[in-house]
Amino acid sequence: MSFLSQPWPWYIAGPSIAVVMFLLLYFGKTFGMSSNLRTLCAIGGAGKRVKFFKMDWRDYQWNLIVVLGAILGGFIAHTFLKSPEAIALSEQTMKDLSSLGFTNAGDTLLPKELFDWENVFTIKGFSILIIGGFLVGFGTRYAGGCTSGHAITGLSSLQLPSLVAVVGFFLGGLIMIHFIYPILF
Amino acid sequence: MGKYIKFFLVGIFFGIVLVKSEAVSWYRIFEMFKFQSFHMYGIIGSAVATGVLLLLLSKRIQLKTIEGRFLRVPLKDRGFRRYIIGGSIFGLGWALCGACPGPMYILVGTGVFSMFIVIIAALVGTYIYGVLKDKLPH
Repeated sequence: MSFLSQPWPWYIAGPSIAVVMFLLLYFGKTFGMSSNLRTLCAIGGAGKRVKFFKMDWRDYQWNLIVVLGAILGGFIAHTFLKSPEAIALSEQTMKDLSSLGFTNAGDTLLPKELFDWENVFTIKGFSILIIGGFLVGFGTRYAGGCTSGHAITGLSSLQLPSLVAVVGFFLGGLIMIHFIYPILF
Repeated sequence: MGKYIKFFLVGIFFGIVLVKSEAVSWYRIFEMFKFQSFHMYGIIGSAVATGVLLLLLSKRIQLKTIEGRFLRVPLKDRGFRRYIIGGSIFGLGWALCGACPGPMYILVGTGVFSMFIVIIAALVGTYIYGVLKDKLPH
């Protein structure tokens, strides 16, 4: 069992994610996590006001079940398979993070500077989560998919639009980390 | 309920893989965009390579889904602007809060309840896209 609680290497994780994509296709569905946001909007009644959400959300219930499973999977991994060591970040990353003011990088999955309640309820902390989440929700729907739909499913099926989307993902990500982070932190 | 159990199990597996590989970690995303580790590139790269092989193989053996149709991936609409602009907007948010839509939910399972704020904001973002859809270049 001890190998399960070690961090899993990329060459185990990557193919496992491909298997998830493949199983969903085999079940007659597709792998796409951001679609759930649209489904949840539809369940909340957004279809009454906005055409985009006029859909029979029951057709997408299966995907919400995947989400429930994923939440439980997160709980299981974190509770029963938790690795004893910190995340093995590169030395340079640790240096860069500490110069931005992030301490104890890698001890937890997420930095307390952004996700601990005392920091969440500062104007800066709250704005970061709200703006980040908003951009994710808006951008994924605009692009018609996220990491699972474009980077994994779309690239695996050699679709050009997905390659363009992934280039966009990196364009945005690089701008944020290299140009906006130095201003924010 | 019976027909949903397989989706639940796939979800559990997905959640465990993403936590154990640290792909849900904000730090790993930061490191990726800094090009300071191969880890995330290895995950995405080997996922795509395996995915390509699985799809080619299922085409070769004419694999059918459990619904009896040939297994195929739905094609994305043609276009350029929506993918580059929408993709970049998503990328900004992904790097800012370190979580894409899968990990958002999974992290709630690991006990990070402040992630609900990100999820609610993402729902608002999705809603606003729905409102503005016809006015945006696609």
